[in-house]
Amino acid sequence: MSTKLDATSARERVRAFVAAHRDVTDRVGFLRARFDAGLAWVHFPEGLGGLGASRDLQEVVDAEFAGTPQPDLGKQGVGLGMAAPTILACGTDAQRRRFLRPLWTGEEIWCQLFSEPGAGSDLAAVATRAVRDGDEWVVDGQKVWTSGAHHARWGILIARTDPDVPKHAGMTYFVCDMAAPGVEVRPLRQITGEAEFNEVFLSSVRLADDLRVGGVGEGWRVAQTTLMNERVAIGGEPVEPGGGPIGPVLETWRTRPDLRTHDLHRRLLALWVDAEATRLAAARFREQLAAGLPGPEGSAAKLAFSTLNQRLSGLDVELNREAGLRYDDWTFRRSDDVDMFGRDAGYRYLRAKGNSIEGGTSEILRTVIAERVLGLPPEPRTDKNVPWKGLPR
Amino acid sequence: MSLLYTEQEQDLRDAVRAVLADRCSANTVLARVEGDLPYDGDLWRVLARDVGVAGLLVPESLGGAGASSREAAVVLEELGRAVAPVPFLTSAVLATTVLLRAGTSEAGKILGDLAAGATTAAVAVSLAADPFRPGGNDVVAEDGGLTGVVPCVAGAEVADVLLVPVGDAVHAVTEFTVDTDVSLDLTRPVATVTLRAAQSVRVADSSDAVPYALAYTAGLLASEQLGVAEWCLDTTVAYAKERTQFARPIGSFQAVKHRLADLWLDVVRARAVARNAADQLTGGLTDAARTAVATAQAWCSPVAVHAAEECVQLHGGIGMTWEHPAHLYLKRAKADSIALGAAGDHRDALAGLAGVPAPA
Repeated sequence: MSTKLDATSARERVRAFVAAHRDVTDRVGFLRARFDAGLAWVHFPEGLGGLGASRDLQEVVDAEFAGTPQPDLGKQGVGLGMAAPTILACGTDAQRRRFLRPLWTGEEIWCQLFSEPGAGSDLAAVATRAVRDGDEWVVDGQKVWTSGAHHARWGILIARTDPDVPKHAGMTYFVCDMAAPGVEVRPLRQITGEAEFNEVFLSSVRLADDLRVGGVGEGWRVAQTTLMNERVAIGGEPVEPGGGPIGPVLETWRTRPDLRTHDLHRRLLALWVDAEATRLAAARFREQLAAGLPGPEGSAAKLAFSTLNQRLSGLDVELNREAGLRYDDWTFRRSDDVDMFGRDAGYRYLRAKGNSIEGGTSEILRTVIAERVLGLPPEPRTDKNVPWKGLPR
Repeated sequence: MSLLYTEQEQDLRDAVRAVLADRCSANTVLARVEGDLPYDGDLWRVLARDVGVAGLLVPESLGGAGASSREAAVVLEELGRAVAPVPFLTSAVLATTVLLRAGTSEAGKILGDLAAGATTAAVAVSLAADPFRPGGNDVVAEDGGLTGVVPCVAGAEVADVLLVPVGDAVHAVTEFTVDTDVSLDLTRPVATVTLRAAQSVRVADSSDAVPYALAYTAGLLASEQLGVAEWCLDTTVAYAKERTQFARPIGSFQAVKHRLADLWLDVVRARAVARNAADQLTGGLTDAARTAVATAQAWCSPVAVHAAEECVQLHGGIGMTWEHPAHLYLKRAKADSIALGAAGDHRDALAGLAGVPAPA
């Protein structure tokens, strides 16, 4: 671009685009055109859905596109939030051109093949093997907690390519063809009754070497790019006092005076204070970000909210008395979203149990805060300088 | 509204912190607490006059700095960090707010002297007074003057002027006797104040000034509690890095680091609620400000106590000694948790303020 894009010119550009595409009625057609105009993610390079502009301008562009067809942030979440930045940062030119456009338009859905039954908090322990065979890799193993695998065309995969070196050094990052023979997706039923996630079994799955992202043995480094982008999303939307997760409990409390007891009242007031303190801390963190002063307080948000959600929904079940003895639906079915406001307290109570496990357990987060924020010394490690194959599993 | 600190507020913090670093080390405070007068008059004169903290809340027209609750809160954070034995909370916040609320010319005269750092005042109410049910005292106005006894008053030892609520009015007296109690809090002891036919000047005609000032001060006390909690966290983290047992720094044990991570998370939220209260109070005690005050007290009181308790525990044996300053913070934190309404009193107030009605 000859001139640097600023907020005003970005706005003008979007308005001109929207005016020119007023007649495009199909969603995918509109999104393809928006990608091709460089208005998908403006900080990406030209030709890859962007304009090489500042990341801050995205907010301006998104606001201007309000009311037009949008990507599905739920179904496309892994693609947009994790796969895309990783492919941009670590992929080849050919990979960027092949994958980014249908990823952004939602024509191809992505899933994440990281966690395994034996590699949860200790992600670098992954045991899924990828063995080279000419221009291909043969992959065998099992992945778990994979949301959207049943919709996915592609998966971002980390697999062990060298068991003879220490665990962080022997992994490689791939794009997994979810349509390839040997990929089996099974729904994973949760304590809530339904299945938001899947188990993915990989049996002699053959992946071409051009699906490898980054060098052989560089999988851990590439995965860090993915996970770093996962953390950017944390922080949440601003809410009013009494809003957010305490909302449904307060609603029941106010509309059902017959359910009130002194014990519940005392505990609810304590949780109101907890919710308000957590809400204000998130508001303060957003102010810091807006002022260009990012701080470690962001890593506090998930830890605080998971505990709060669990306590509030637990109290809510108890408050509901007889309704708390019932459950809305145990049917084993797939679910693509987490409904923390529409469903009953029992569901929220059970689903919230996952909040302190998914995306970094509370125990891991406490260790991260202690070591990276407070600067406390690390635990002694026994797994760093020994070959992966020698580690107890 | 902002929950961050402005540049001016940071400058004020730096100025106060520099004075405290120079004149109010933990050892200095510890050496003083068993002396005749725990309050440090020299330190107060420097802070009050040179830095100008005494008149922060007093308008410029009355000789003050015309600053707001936000700046006063920053000063309290620093004083809390140092458990500084100075009458800022009791004189420059509580007594000053009573006089400002009174708004009479008699009150204005006293405020001018307070702002200049020439005199110090205290309010003759128990430090345990709850802003929601302040109760009364036994002081009566008789022919010869005011007579009565008020227990558990903070800051009276160094007060030149005592503001005494009597019936529907507030009086200022200068003749009174003060007997300091053996107090839990070594750096802000309480005392029994006795009035014997004391001559007085009526400074307020309404009974509202005292509960108003108690609630306002409770909101700012949260910032002092934040400062106490911060010192405890910082000191404990530093110790956990340096103290070695089992050939490892104790801070490398998860049992220790997870407790400190949780404490940090509590302190992050204490800063948010304390700043919110300080910010809301700039517009006076609106309903939103009352909610912010009650939230800040309900959160910061237990957090400061917990931080001080963790500080003692994680220091192990040395934390249990008189020689280590941790106990000064534990005692302040515990006394603060009773001062100006306990956390439970503030939670009760939220039932009405936040629309969480009690059972019938």
